[in-house]
Amino acid sequence: MADTQAPGRLGVNLSVAAAARFAAPIGLGLVFIAFFIATPDFLTTSNISDLLVSASILLVLAMGQQLVVTTAGIDLSVGSNLPWSAAVLGYAYTQGWGLPAAVSLALLAGLAVGVMNGLLVARLNMTDFIVTLGSLSVVSGLTLLLTSGNTIPVNSDFLRALAIDGIGPVRWFWVLAFLVAALVGFLLFRTRTGTYLLSTGGNIDAARGAGIHVDRMRLIAYASSGLACGIAAVLFVARTGGSDPSLQTDLLLSSIAAVVLGGSSLFGGKASVLGSLAGALLLQSLINGFTLLGISQYYQPVAVGVVVLGAAFISRFQK
Amino acid sequence: MTDTPARVAGEPSTSGSAAPTSPPLVEISGLRKSFGAVHALRGVDLTLADGEVTALLGDNGAGKSTLVRCLTGVHPPDTGQILFRGEPIQLSSPDDARHLGIETVYQTLGLIEDLSVWQNLYLNRELTTGFGPFRVLDKKSMIAESGDILSRLDVNVPNVRATVRRMSGGQRQSIAIARAANWGKTLVIMDEPTAALGVRETAAVEELIRRLRDAAVTVLLISHDMAQVLRVADTAYVLRRGQTAARRTVADATGDELVGLITGAVEGAAHG
Ligand SMILES: Nc1ncnc2c1ncn2[C@@H]1O[C@H](COP(=O)(O)OP(=O)(O)OP(=O)(O)O)[C@@H](O)[C@H]1O
Ligand SMILES: [Mg+2]
Repeated sequence: MADTQAPGRLGVNLSVAAAARFAAPIGLGLVFIAFFIATPDFLTTSNISDLLVSASILLVLAMGQQLVVTTAGIDLSVGSNLPWSAAVLGYAYTQGWGLPAAVSLALLAGLAVGVMNGLLVARLNMTDFIVTLGSLSVVSGLTLLLTSGNTIPVNSDFLRALAIDGIGPVRWFWVLAFLVAALVGFLLFRTRTGTYLLSTGGNIDAARGAGIHVDRMRLIAYASSGLACGIAAVLFVARTGGSDPSLQTDLLLSSIAAVVLGGSSLFGGKASVLGSLAGALLLQSLINGFTLLGISQYYQPVAVGVVVLGAAFISRFQK
Repeated sequence: MTDTPARVAGEPSTSGSAAPTSPPLVEISGLRKSFGAVHALRGVDLTLADGEVTALLGDNGAGKSTLVRCLTGVHPPDTGQILFRGEPIQLSSPDDARHLGIETVYQTLGLIEDLSVWQNLYLNRELTTGFGPFRVLDKKSMIAESGDILSRLDVNVPNVRATVRRMSGGQRQSIAIARAANWGKTLVIMDEPTAALGVRETAAVEELIRRLRDAAVTVLLISHDMAQVLRVADTAYVLRRGQTAARRTVADATGDELVGLITGAVEGAAHG
């Protein structure tokens, strides 16, 4: 795109391209400064600590989404897979199966949705967008059937401690989210599987021609995203003390937004774990700051949407 | 399906010129492939003698690249047989072909633009350290050896850490060729490898083809450059509208004759 422009605009394009790559860190810095000026409550230890806890859930989801986006796919089922896994946790727990079993089942429930998406996309060659849109709907229906639409309270001391405690000032949520991010970064950039995931997204024909099992890579990506939903669901239940089947559909958009803001290409083949991390923090900071300022909740989706559209606009210049 | 006895074990023949009794490396007969209404291959017969350079000629759309993709497991052929060292093989994926020691420079090159040069050279051949689930990419060794692989082909790539997206058309082609030549142990297929190359780089590729032959590696070369074919090939096949039109021993052929066979001006008995 840049080489069709008049030479005089090249400099502008270069700086826009740099802005696109660092959109998330730059945006994060701006948001922090803006909220710091606007309210003394923003940059306090306790607020930042809570902000990072909320961001942990989004970050885990974004890491799953990151893997799918790396293979040039998209996982829309995140929006219902999280409440679904949470509902399975709540259901199993209220049946008296014990917390370890309930948590394992929640992880499995998330993974199962991911594997199903992966099989449909990779093996049956169905369009990722349609497949995950379909399972978004199917899984949200299943959740309502399982819970009859009711919130299931989960009163577990362990989960409560998970949400509140930590090692000194370092909260458990941060540790978990950091581990997930580190794992995804390791997978993508230090292992063969990571190279194959990037290749599959970068040029699927070339990857196939090099003997890479591209179907397996896409399956791995969607399954990982499903598992990430399961992990996020456990964190979510720990934080809210229950599973609400109707909540948190905005996490879907945010998870995609975090990845796009982070500089990964929706066309696949490019990934940035640190960028996605900054993207998730940026989005969560926006929501947090708006709440502190007492701006109506209704503006939050507007703000998040505008940020995403801005990121999409900037990423036009990336190539 | 890959566990046919045709699996290559150890060294092929001892010298570049195979004994007449040893079976050809690849024998293709009656190969057909259609894409819907387009009959890309309508009965191809072709033999690749072990350790020789075979040229595949034909006009645009004659079916050369399709034949290559059938031979490397990208497309399953509709009908027809492929013998590898005398044994029938069924290639269901490029991985199967790689296990037989077949490497390919596709016309589209098959490079991943957003990966670095060294990552492309080692694509699906990555070196790792550690074991089990803790195997980690051995970037250091791969980067170091990538320099050697490229310099052997006289390829001028300033930085193997740069992404392929930043390479020129000729550099990309050279990288793809270097990759195939480095890993191909029995057969290296090159689909118009010098189309984007300069004079010096083309000479280097032709030298590389000779070196492969000296190392008893069979080469299938697709080229529109008759002078090049006369310089490096032992045998030439001509494909016309999806069919084998002629086979010539290059030492006995002239450029004009080959051109005539390609256009159809000269009628060629299939095994002249
Ligand atoms: N994947 C495909 N789908 C549909 N048609 C195809 C496909 N691949 C090749 N063809 C058709 O098959 C015919 C042979 O194409 P092929 O690429 O093998 O020609 P070629 O001999 O390599 O030509 P060139 O010298 O231009 O590279 C063409 O008519 C082409 O349109
Ligand atoms: Mg071709």
